[in-house]
Amino acid sequence: MIIYLILLFFLLALMIAAAIYSVVQKDLLYAVIGTGVISLVLSVLFYLLQAPDVALTEAAIGVALTTIIFIITIRNTTRHEGESKNDKAK
Amino acid sequence: MKRILVIALLVVFGIYLAQALFMLEFGQQFFESGVKDLYLTASPLKLKVANTVTAIVVNFRGFDTLGEVTVLFLATTSMASILYKGRHKLGKRTVLFSASNIVTTGSKFLFPAIILLGAYVFIHGHLTPGGGFQGGTIVATGFLLMLLAYSDYKVSHIVLSVVESFAGITFATIGLFGLVYGGSFLENFLPTGILNNLVSGGVIPIIYIAVGLKVGAELTGLIYIALNEKD
Amino acid sequence: MEMKLFDIDIIEYGFFITAIALVLIGLYAVLIKKSLIKIVIGLSILDSGINLLLITIGYVKGGTAPVFSPSVIKDMPLTMENIKKISEGMVDPIPQALVLTAIVIGFGVTAVALSLVIRLYRHHQTLNIDQIKNLKW
Repeated sequence: MIIYLILLFFLLALMIAAAIYSVVQKDLLYAVIGTGVISLVLSVLFYLLQAPDVALTEAAIGVALTTIIFIITIRNTTRHEGESKNDKAK
Repeated sequence: MKRILVIALLVVFGIYLAQALFMLEFGQQFFESGVKDLYLTASPLKLKVANTVTAIVVNFRGFDTLGEVTVLFLATTSMASILYKGRHKLGKRTVLFSASNIVTTGSKFLFPAIILLGAYVFIHGHLTPGGGFQGGTIVATGFLLMLLAYSDYKVSHIVLSVVESFAGITFATIGLFGLVYGGSFLENFLPTGILNNLVSGGVIPIIYIAVGLKVGAELTGLIYIALNEKD
Repeated sequence: MEMKLFDIDIIEYGFFITAIALVLIGLYAVLIKKSLIKIVIGLSILDSGINLLLITIGYVKGGTAPVFSPSVIKDMPLTMENIKKISEGMVDPIPQALVLTAIVIGFGVTAVALSLVIRLYRHHQTLNIDQIKNLKW
C-alpha cells in the first residue's frame, strides 16, 4: 500500500521535473526529448486513472509523432537557442 | 522587470485556480442520476456495444467526430501548401549517414506486424479498448519506421489520396442514409446483434473502420511531406 | 498513509497540483522565451496539462474502466437492474470521449505551427522574435 503511494509520488515529481528541464535547457534537441518524457508519464497516469482508450491515443501521438515533427523542424533551422544563419556561416 | 511581473501574475493565477479546484472532492460522484447513468445503461441495452467510449464518440456525439476528421484533413492540406517550395523529388532524400544493417533488416520484419496490430485495433473498436484513432496512428507509426530506415522509400501520393477520399465519402454517405431511413443524420439503421459479437452495433464498426483508414492515410501523408524538405 | 497538511490530504490532491503546475510552466514558456521553437514547446506542455485535468475530474474512487467485457457480465441476464448495479462502480466515460478529440486536435495545431516556423526561418534567417520586426511577408 505504501509502495503504491511512493511510486505515484515519484511519477508526478518526474513529470514536473521534465517540464522544468525542457523549458530551461538551451540545446533544443534535449528540450524535445523532455517533451517526450512528459507524454510517456502522462500515458501511464491515464492508465492508472482507468481510461485505456485515452492512454493508447496519447502514447501513439505524443511520444512518436510529436517528437519526429519537432526533430524535422530542428534539422531545418537552428540547433541551439539564440543562434542564426549569420553565426553559422562564419 | 518583465520577468518579475510575469511570475507574480502566474502565482496569483495559480492560487485562484487551486482555490477553485480544491472545492471539488477527488473521486466523488457529483450527481445522483445524471447523463453518466443514461449513457452507461443505454450502451449495452439499446445499442449492444460493449465499449461505452466508442458508443459516445461514434453514435451519441458522432457529429463532433466528423468535425475532428475535417480538422485533420485541413492540417495536412495547409502544411502541404505552406511548404511548397524546395522539395526533393520523391524517394531521393539526402541523409548524413545511412542506417546500419540491423535497422534495415529488422524493420522489414516489423513492418507487417505493426500494420496487422493497427488493423486489429480499429476493427475490434467496439469490443475492447481501441478504435479508429488509435489504430490509425499505429499504422502511421509503421510507415514512419520504414521511412526512417530506407532513404529511398516511396509511398505513392495517388494511393494515399484515393484511400483518404473514399473513407471520407463513406462516412458522409452512411450519415445521409441514416437521414433517409431513420429520421436524423447519423442514425443507427442497421439491426443490432447480440452483445460481445464481432458483428453487432449496427453502423458503428463500419464508421470506425472508415475513420481508422482515413486517419492513418492522413498522418502518413503529413510525415511524408515534412520529411522531404530541402535544407 | 496520508500526510495531513492544513487539513488537506496531499496524495489525493496531487493530481490537481500537477495539472496546475504544468499549465503554469507552459504559460511561462509562451510569455517569456524568445526563440520560436521554445514557444511551440510551451504550447504543447499547456495542452498536456489541460487534458490531465479533464480526466482527473471524471474519476470515481474504486471505479473500473467503462467496458462491458464478458468477464464483467458473467452470464447475467441483460436487464435494467443488473446493468444499473454494475454501472454504479464505473468511471465517468464522458470526459474520456472529449479528451480523445482534444489530443488529436492539439497535435494538428502543433504540426501547422511548426511548418510556419520553418517558413519564417527561411525568410528572415533568424528565430529570435525581437529581430523579426517588419510584419510584411
